[in-house]
Amino acid sequence: MSAVLDTAFAALADPTRRAILARLAKGEATVMELAEPFDLTQPAISQHLRVLEDAGLVTGRVDGTRRPRRLVHEGIDAMDQWLAMLRKALGKNYDRLDEVLASMSQPKTKRGAKR
Amino acid sequence: MSKLTLKTEGDTHVVVTRRFAAPPEAVYRAHTDPALIQKWLLGPDGWTMPVCVSEARPGGKIRYEWTNGKGDAFFLTGEYVTLNPVRRIAHVERMHMPGPTPDNHVETRFDPDGAGTLMTLRMTLPDAATRAAMLATGMERGMDASYARLEGMI
Repeated sequence: MSAVLDTAFAALADPTRRAILARLAKGEATVMELAEPFDLTQPAISQHLRVLEDAGLVTGRVDGTRRPRRLVHEGIDAMDQWLAMLRKALGKNYDRLDEVLASMSQPKTKRGAKR
Repeated sequence: MSKLTLKTEGDTHVVVTRRFAAPPEAVYRAHTDPALIQKWLLGPDGWTMPVCVSEARPGGKIRYEWTNGKGDAFFLTGEYVTLNPVRRIAHVERMHMPGPTPDNHVETRFDPDGAGTLMTLRMTLPDAATRAAMLATGMERGMDASYARLEGMI
């Protein structure tokens, strides 16, 4: 697990930051636009954005006086791949458990050969 | 086959569900009998569990030790809290990597589902940061590694 991913998951531990990501998933937004739906000040939102930027999940661009933020898809993809790997490892345990359960119920029950 | 679901709940929980073709009696036994646990609770290919202690009674000890045969090893310790055969197990566990991770309180339910079983495993971590760390670190055990379908979070 890379330090980058580690930071990314830690960044996601906060519900406000997850909500910010959910909002940015719909398209880019400025700090002011992001602060609106939350009961938070702009500095508080900026603070959360900094954590998300450090985690490689969000980036900004300059557009005149505006600085809209957007999702970094590479960062999100990396997390998704990691989660898929975890889910696969977990699935593997339970697939093995299926085999164990099948062998437990085998002798002289009406159950046939295993799948 | 997507029989497994894995998601976060609130700030400190992780919930895993999985259906099995066997009745709750068998699934419960496979979760408490050391000789059976050693056959499946292994994580990635190549890992084995040479040591498995599972004293299935309130206060009974849990100790799982894994190795990949290449010098990598780690272990988990815990205690059973309550057992309601064959429907529910409550236990506490922690990984040692090598320092102990914060206690993970786990409730595992085995509900009849047709001829089979619906297992619901609910983990409770002390706080959101610990859950995130667990998520980030992952655990070879696979089991503890949690979580959350990203779509559910964002």
